Amino acid sequence: MKISCEVDVHHLTRVEGHGNIKISIKNGSVKKAQWEVVETPRFFEAMLVGKHWENAPYICGRICGICSIGHTLASIRAVENGFGIIPTAQTTHLRLLLKHMETLQSHILHLYFLAAPDFLGVGSVLPLAKTHPDVVQRALRLKLLANDACDIIGGRRLHPTRTVVGGFTMLPEKRQLEKIRQRLISSVPDLLASADLFKTFDIPDFSRETEFVSLKGDTDYPFIGGRLVSTDGVLKKEQQYRSMTNEYCKTGFTSKLSKLSRPSFAVGALARLNNNFPLLHPTAQEVSKSLGLVPVNHNPYMCNVAQLVECVHVVFDSVQLIDTLLANPWQEPRQPVQAKKGEGVGAVEVPRGILYHYYKFDSHGKVIKADCVIPTSQNHANILHDIEALASQYAGTGKQDREIELLAEMLVRAYDPCISCSVH
Amino acid sequence: MSEPLSYLGVPLTRPKVGFFELSSCEGCQLQILNNEATLLDFLNLVEIVNFREGMTERADTYDIAFVEGSVTRKDEIVRLTDIRKNAKILVALGSCACFGGVNRLKNRFRDLDWVKKEVYGDFPVDTMETHPLEDFVPVDLSIFGCPIKKEEVERIVTDLVVGKMVHHPEYPVCMECKANQNICLFELGEPCLGPVTRAGCDAWCPSNRRGCWGCRGPAEGANLKQLKKIMHTYGFSGETILDRLECFGGFASFSDSVRSQNKKTPAGRKKS
Repeated sequence: MKISCEVDVHHLTRVEGHGNIKISIKNGSVKKAQWEVVETPRFFEAMLVGKHWENAPYICGRICGICSIGHTLASIRAVENGFGIIPTAQTTHLRLLLKHMETLQSHILHLYFLAAPDFLGVGSVLPLAKTHPDVVQRALRLKLLANDACDIIGGRRLHPTRTVVGGFTMLPEKRQLEKIRQRLISSVPDLLASADLFKTFDIPDFSRETEFVSLKGDTDYPFIGGRLVSTDGVLKKEQQYRSMTNEYCKTGFTSKLSKLSRPSFAVGALARLNNNFPLLHPTAQEVSKSLGLVPVNHNPYMCNVAQLVECVHVVFDSVQLIDTLLANPWQEPRQPVQAKKGEGVGAVEVPRGILYHYYKFDSHGKVIKADCVIPTSQNHANILHDIEALASQYAGTGKQDREIELLAEMLVRAYDPCISCSVH
Repeated sequence: MSEPLSYLGVPLTRPKVGFFELSSCEGCQLQILNNEATLLDFLNLVEIVNFREGMTERADTYDIAFVEGSVTRKDEIVRLTDIRKNAKILVALGSCACFGGVNRLKNRFRDLDWVKKEVYGDFPVDTMETHPLEDFVPVDLSIFGCPIKKEEVERIVTDLVVGKMVHHPEYPVCMECKANQNICLFELGEPCLGPVTRAGCDAWCPSNRRGCWGCRGPAEGANLKQLKKIMHTYGFSGETILDRLECFGGFASFSDSVRSQNKKTPAGRKKS
């Protein structure tokens, strides 16, 4: 039986950014199991120093090409909290709707383009266009819907233009929202078909007891602001994010890492779901149960399933949000902003997990200190420990190098890492 | 997906293309996947042989290399030089590749050690001043924007495949904005670089009532002096104008000279 194995993945594919996996097993025992992050840092926190507040959301949105809307909203929330601005109900609803559409877009991109090829035994989505045209068309339909909605609300699907401190530069037309509402309703069969597809996937059987961190919802499944919670029983205020993330540096990582009650914790769709399951839309809960996902689930590969469940939730919730928006006459899109000395935190659940932006302003509203804690950076240590556990689990089983390599790659992909974002 | 291509009866070869990224948000590559309606047609036009963000297979020979991101670490110079060697045509994809992009904002600080300390404390991190691609290798074609506009990329790639000349508009965003019948943002109290920035985005931001931040760099003959004068008349401060001019690095020759006059490290620590 084969009980030695060498895995060396340089610049893992089908993830955002640059990371390496190294596993070495000799005579059935693990000699090395590593996750390395080699991405170049861009120093956004330094860039902002000395900049007027209005620059912060505009520049910080550029931290990430996938969740630029989430970064922009977290940044805006941090500025608004710093200045004591409370967004209007209309702005709150529109922002959440925009956030939902980013969640849908990002999850569908990950599930179909990045994760599904592994389960279908191909290297990318490209050959699927031939072998599974209905699957690819379905993915494109869902993604197009989400992106069109982002264009209509945020002005642009990537690096949004209308989202500003105080509200929006302009509002969508109501008939545009009505159209999106119709398309959302007709997307439900596509989502259920996606669930059926994932039921056919062989999710690897691997579990490691993990602490899961997310926002805590009170009445709604949480996305923007609120208290911070962990499955190990930690409960904190948004402003206390630093003691929830405890960032540190480590050789082999250009990203910072995080820990809380244990040496590592996880954030993301699975963490949100584990902490807030009863707040999901009933249909999303049903889909979750039908795919074998009930809280608290410790299998990181189930993050894929959790993302799918969230897609169902955000679609149903978006329809309700649009109904609320359509039922009321449009108010002023933007409230005036008065800068003042102070500091503010914005916590937002972006597709890959909880994101924090923090700024400190002088009396002219210029940034004197900035801090951004990224979901993927919070996940890195957990990915590392998962890879170690995975290697141990399979060390003596006689699996081929390529099988272990694929399992490790799929594990990292399940976290949907946004590596350049984590380094920023 | 692989029927023979032809244009006006002339057979065409699908170029092998690769997508690569240096320091960036990878958003421009994502834009390539973001035009769902035309994505499959677009993919039919080329043969993608390298796209780490989207596929596992990789090859080292390609006709066109699209490179996103700027150079901020020495190993990226090596990667870029290798890509240049393997590619017939090298395309700078997006503002980071063309001008340095937002990454260039860290060059405002003369003291790179301060920049590193501000983010990582005493933990050692490797970085250097941010550069656009053209500082190290010849660039054949630039696609401007943060983010790039997918329609423009599709047009440019189609032109490349059929062997047409690729042209960028020489006029400014202001022209497109007027054609879209927008109210001038100056009248709404919003600063805007539309009068000096190269068009081609169809006034993407101003049409959403967000002033232009100059992500596409200067239009031909951009008159910055006159812009400053106009913006001052509308009551915008020098700092407000500079924030926009330096945001994406396209106006670096101008903004760097202004910054160098007051280039400093925060907390009063100046490098000798």
